Amino acid sequence: MTIYLSIILFLPAAAGLLAMFLPRRMAGWTLVGGSLLALAYSIVMLARFKAGGGMQFITNDNWISELGIRYSLGVDGLNLFLILLTTLLWVPASIASALRDWDRPRLFAFFLGLGETAVLGAFIAQDLALFVVFFDLMLVPFYFLVGMWGGEDRVYATTKLVIYTLVGSLLMLAGAVALGVMATPDGGHISFSLTTLAQHPLSGGSQYWIFLLFSAAFLVKAPAFPLHGWMPDAYREAPLPVILVFSAVVSKVGVYGFLRIVLPVLPQASVHFQELMLAIAVVSILYGSVLAFSQDEPRLVLGYSSIAQLGFILLGIFSLDPKGGQGAVMQMLNHGLVTAPLFLIIGYLAIRAEGRESLDWMGGMALRAPVLAGVFLIVALATLAMPGSANFIGELYILFGTFQSKIVYGLVASTGVVLASVYMIRFFQRAMHNPVGPHVESRDLALGPELGVIAPLVLIILALGVYPNFLLHRINAFAPTTNQALVALKR
Amino acid sequence: MTTLHLIAVVKAPVIDYKGISPLFAIAGGAVIVFLAALIRGRFAQRVLVPFLTVGALGAAIGLTIWNWHTGPSRPIIEGALSTDALALGLSLLFYISGLATVAFAWRSIALRESGTGEFFGLMLGSIAGMNILASSENLVTLFVGIELLSIPLYVMCASEVRRATSLEAGLKYLVIGSVGSATLLYGLALIYGATGATGFNQINNAIGAGVNITDPLLLTGIALATAGLAFKASVAPFHAWTPDVYEGAPTPVTAFMAVATKTAAFAIILRLFDQALVTVQVQWAPALAALAVITIIVGNAGAIAQSSLKRMLAWSGVAQAGYMLAGVVVGTKLGLQATAFYLAVYLFMNLAAFGVVIARERVSEHGDGIKSLEGLGSASPLLAWPMTIAMLSLAGFPATAGFIGKFYLISATVDGNWAWLGVMIVVGSMMSLVYYLRVIAVMWMNPLRIELPGRPRRAAREVRPVAGWSPEADPTAQPEVLLVTLVMAAATLFFGIVPSPLFHLAHDVGSSLATLL
Repeated sequence: MTIYLSIILFLPAAAGLLAMFLPRRMAGWTLVGGSLLALAYSIVMLARFKAGGGMQFITNDNWISELGIRYSLGVDGLNLFLILLTTLLWVPASIASALRDWDRPRLFAFFLGLGETAVLGAFIAQDLALFVVFFDLMLVPFYFLVGMWGGEDRVYATTKLVIYTLVGSLLMLAGAVALGVMATPDGGHISFSLTTLAQHPLSGGSQYWIFLLFSAAFLVKAPAFPLHGWMPDAYREAPLPVILVFSAVVSKVGVYGFLRIVLPVLPQASVHFQELMLAIAVVSILYGSVLAFSQDEPRLVLGYSSIAQLGFILLGIFSLDPKGGQGAVMQMLNHGLVTAPLFLIIGYLAIRAEGRESLDWMGGMALRAPVLAGVFLIVALATLAMPGSANFIGELYILFGTFQSKIVYGLVASTGVVLASVYMIRFFQRAMHNPVGPHVESRDLALGPELGVIAPLVLIILALGVYPNFLLHRINAFAPTTNQALVALKR
Repeated sequence: MTTLHLIAVVKAPVIDYKGISPLFAIAGGAVIVFLAALIRGRFAQRVLVPFLTVGALGAAIGLTIWNWHTGPSRPIIEGALSTDALALGLSLLFYISGLATVAFAWRSIALRESGTGEFFGLMLGSIAGMNILASSENLVTLFVGIELLSIPLYVMCASEVRRATSLEAGLKYLVIGSVGSATLLYGLALIYGATGATGFNQINNAIGAGVNITDPLLLTGIALATAGLAFKASVAPFHAWTPDVYEGAPTPVTAFMAVATKTAAFAIILRLFDQALVTVQVQWAPALAALAVITIIVGNAGAIAQSSLKRMLAWSGVAQAGYMLAGVVVGTKLGLQATAFYLAVYLFMNLAAFGVVIARERVSEHGDGIKSLEGLGSASPLLAWPMTIAMLSLAGFPATAGFIGKFYLISATVDGNWAWLGVMIVVGSMMSLVYYLRVIAVMWMNPLRIELPGRPRRAAREVRPVAGWSPEADPTAQPEVLLVTLVMAAATLFFGIVPSPLFHLAHDVGSSLATLL
């Protein structure tokens, strides 16, 4: 029993709450302090983490005993790096927002901090009901962040975002309650503990409909192909620091849910619906890649590329193969790590193009801003999974896994790798090369506020490209028992 | 058989004076309030009478806590009234909403026009009716309770005597309420006809002992009684009066009706179905489930198009009644507990919302229109936050009591093998997002001055003064309304994070009906 994880979990929200009561100018920096502290704590956690040691830093308390909801937290190879990713990327997001002059900065800091706590909670929770609580709670801060500080059509965008995602989450709520109640033996005390639920699998029929409810929530969040309708509006209207964390971190909660909850608890349904999910994944990859290629707004290039990338992750998960799962987790991190600097770069580019966020107004910056171009190139190459980047290893593992289980989907999906290089190179060229845009002012990155924020992220990308084993060694996507159960089922 | 012999068998019922003391406090309070209001003068009208009303309610709360006990019910008046945690717990909700109504009504036009004593006296009378209803043990006391509850409300609805819509609301409520009561009475008479008993336990025994559960007389009786009670609880398709009456009535009365009347209606629905008719559950459960589904759909669909906050809350109240009805349908102890829990949560979140509506409609030119909330987030966060919390809770977001309440209801439905009803609750919540979120958006996301670095520059939008701004727009100018609102919002938040105290109460309530599993 330890309060270690509780500190990481509630630190950002506490910092946000504190910011509410401080003078306006200090609000943003209070949150930066809070997120730095959370990052420091999670680095210590990484250092103390024992690879292959199962669930660690366990906290397990009663929260609402009448409903069987426990305050149960823990870290294992599956969520370790996702927690780190969250605490890491919230730092540039909070710095970027502290550097700006917002209306109502205190409220902004509060909601951003609350958002971090909710996301961390969803990653750390080891109780299904607690996971649902945090998963739904996540929406509240993002609803306000997009709706209060977004662009022209922010209310429309945020309403659409919340309705889409909450429809999914509410279905999941029903599924989660049903799962907990139905898995409880008659007369037993109801429990939502994920380990207990995994030990008492439901019968086939109930597994199927609960699987569909959960998938709805997770696929909307990702977003995957048919359920992505909220994405273009939200990406276009959200403030940059917000969409940075939303795209880089929040989108991973959905796919994480598949690995943490759906596969171990609903193994039969996972095998039953494997082909459906693989088809969704492949269509997402192709659809996202093609649309990313035709966008003029850089945010939407990233938005549609996220659909494609998350399609890859989904593919890895539903290859139901240990390699594929490992690749999927790795790719969650890689995607987060490259998306965040890309959004920062969009901000830098827009500042240099008179505030216009459109590829038509950009161009020709590389000559005068070599550092910016260099940074952009590194990140772009990592995104398109150049050999030598950690993304390459991730996608390779995913494709390995898929080839082992369902070769057809693997073959189609591999074209996605090619398509990724097409849209990323187009994005890079139109911003950096081409004739200089009419109003472009090519300054290089300012040392403090610009390079200082993005450089650490780029260094991490480079470091992981050189030494991906650091991740692979610690990631264990499938608990051994689940893995065996799945393999047994597949035969 | 001689006359003498007859006289010998009639004996006076045993009365438990301790158990009946809360009812005495309320009914006695009503009499004292009526009398005190005869004293002329500002002090008596503005201070003494409200103070006496609060005193009566406070005394009733104290006596209820003193009477608190778990387990099967104890008779207060033999065969007529009894007390158990279900009656006591829900009575607490009546008293709390009564206290809130005193604060809401204190500065209202209704109070000035109808007279303080009359208004508060009638309110206490109505609460006395609710109290009788919740602890009734018998079809006859049930009907007495429901009439005592309704008649003062008809008058209260019309208490803004110079406003036509208020009179219209009163008249409409009177006509439809009477139809509802008549239907109910018809149904009760048929139930008596089928079972030969008026006591709830006797009815249950009679059904167990030989009355066929497919007896058409019994089933018609149940159907008519259900329809009559559905009128009171504004369950669709018997809800049509709700939006009009809620909109027309003075807002403090609306708040009282929305919370207390609905709780009272559910008190008797729970008692009738889970105690007297629990053996026939197979017969009424599908019908009630159908009603619940219709109510959820109709209520949520109706709320979407509303621009008046009172109408919106009326429709949302219809939808919420549907959720709670799902807890009745399952006919289990867990269902009873979940319904009671949700009733308490419903009180907190609705009173918080109504407090804001009242505070705003008095100062805004938009009255109770949704526009009266425009820009409230920056103009007066003290009102915007409670409304935000109330809306999030009504929509069922986590960290609010509404989430826990829905969780509880869904787990009760799944546990009782009514999983699809749980899914219907969820579907209803999805529909409700549209109108609850719109309220939040109007408060926080409307006119705002924003700098958008990295985006095309536009002329900065200035913060417009809140519509109809006046010095009174300061919420602290109505401290009593603000206080109630803040307390209710804080409770919504508190019980969303630490729900255990409410669970203990719900658990006590669940222990009161021995008829349930």
